[in-house]
Amino acid sequence: MTRFAFVRWSIVAAALAPAAALVYWTFTGDLTANPIDFITDTTGTTALTLLVCTLTVTPLRRLTAHNELVRLRRMLGLLAFFYACLHMLTWVVLDWFFDVASMTADVVQRPFITMGMTTFLLLVPLAATSTAGMIRRLGRRWQQLHRLVYVAAITAVIHFWWIVKADFRQPRLWALALCVLFGFRAWWALRARLPTRG
Amino acid sequence: MLIRNAPDLRYSDVTPKALYVRRREFIQAAAAVAVGAATALSPAGSGPARAQGARVKLPNVRKGPFGTDEKLNSYDDITSYNNYYEFGTDKDDPQRNAHRLVTRPWTIRVEGLVKAPATYDIDSLVKPYALEERIYRLRCVEAWSMVIPWVGFPLAEVIKRLEPLPSARYIEFTTLNDAKQMPGLRVPVLDWPYVEGLRMDEAMHPLTILSVGLYGEVLPNQNGAPIRLVVPWKYGFKSIKSIVRIRFTDQQPRTSWAVANAREYGFYSNVNPTVDHPRWSQASERRLGEFFRRKTLMFNGYGDQVAQLYAGMDLRKFY
Repeated sequence: MTRFAFVRWSIVAAALAPAAALVYWTFTGDLTANPIDFITDTTGTTALTLLVCTLTVTPLRRLTAHNELVRLRRMLGLLAFFYACLHMLTWVVLDWFFDVASMTADVVQRPFITMGMTTFLLLVPLAATSTAGMIRRLGRRWQQLHRLVYVAAITAVIHFWWIVKADFRQPRLWALALCVLFGFRAWWALRARLPTRG
Repeated sequence: MLIRNAPDLRYSDVTPKALYVRRREFIQAAAAVAVGAATALSPAGSGPARAQGARVKLPNVRKGPFGTDEKLNSYDDITSYNNYYEFGTDKDDPQRNAHRLVTRPWTIRVEGLVKAPATYDIDSLVKPYALEERIYRLRCVEAWSMVIPWVGFPLAEVIKRLEPLPSARYIEFTTLNDAKQMPGLRVPVLDWPYVEGLRMDEAMHPLTILSVGLYGEVLPNQNGAPIRLVVPWKYGFKSIKSIVRIRFTDQQPRTSWAVANAREYGFYSNVNPTVDHPRWSQASERRLGEFFRRKTLMFNGYGDQVAQLYAGMDLRKFY
């Protein structure tokens, strides 16, 4: 196994650990006194973490000049989507048990749910167009489409921010992470437009 | 052969109180570390094998009124899933951190519009009252609920004995504010110390109790030891924990959650399925241990007892 393959599989293993832990704790009865809330929190937090990891790939590649890192990006994005699906399924099946009327009311009336749903709907086309075939077929438009991931990251953090009652440390940290990651991109985009000196 | 008497012990030989309290803290901490190490391999934030103080049975607890035949939540559920931000904002933080709280000696300052402001030792304050078991529903503002067998006595009896002045219209409670014992206080999540309050008629209502126990045993620290308020028809955060101060006043108390966000958490905070939290619905709740949500009941099902307290009030305005 090459070093890169090792890194790649280590990331997959680490990313799947929370899901595996949830399954394991289901059998050991360790999902806390409120399992549905715990599963919702765990899948949501993991999805956000992986989404931010996805956005870290490009700045990291530019800063370290390790171009092969870009090959991790799709995998991280799909793992984020996997947890977003679990998060969504938890809400639909465990939290509301397919109570469509209540879920619809929630999406319309509760801004944090609206934000969560928006995030999920933004991620769907990105996951759907992540195959090599789609990348080829869409050409330039693929990159334009996939800029939606920036919007999804922002709506995901807002979704988190709006459900917190008083302790904003975590959402604040994620917002800060996004600022840093977007800051790199903005800086590089700006520099690319300026005439080169010397 | 002359046998000498052992020298008499003098009061100065007795270990100073401050020292043995510290020592007990140390032993508790050491025990917690041991338990922590033993459970380090079990999943984070869950599992029954967490640091617990010794469980002590309370003597002479008789059955109290207002019971329910609903299924009780387990001791484990009640002591492992807590909102007690002084020990951290995660649900399992209180269970993990509350061993640092020293509940004896403990004093409660009574002040404000009262005949004789004074500081009471908790044991002398509690002693006159017969302990009752009160099985109440607890509805959290976060839309989950439990059924809990508290042990306590009516707050009304304490108030009568303390003799507030006729001008006292409200009663205000304050939680301990000591960051050495409560690590959550280092984070400015709320404007510490935690303050709660009731209108005098709410405080005098027979459903309102001060609790010192749970499941017939001494109240665990994470549930608000040594003494807490329980007001079952209001959202859980009204039932303030680890009380160190009771103040009688003619002004509506500035309660912590209302100070943090007045639009979301009102002074009254009666359980009310028809008035939503601005960010989520209060129409239903999840009873811990059940899969399907259940409908939330007006005044948490205690409407027959308390609805008349709010006759003529617009509960949308006074939420």
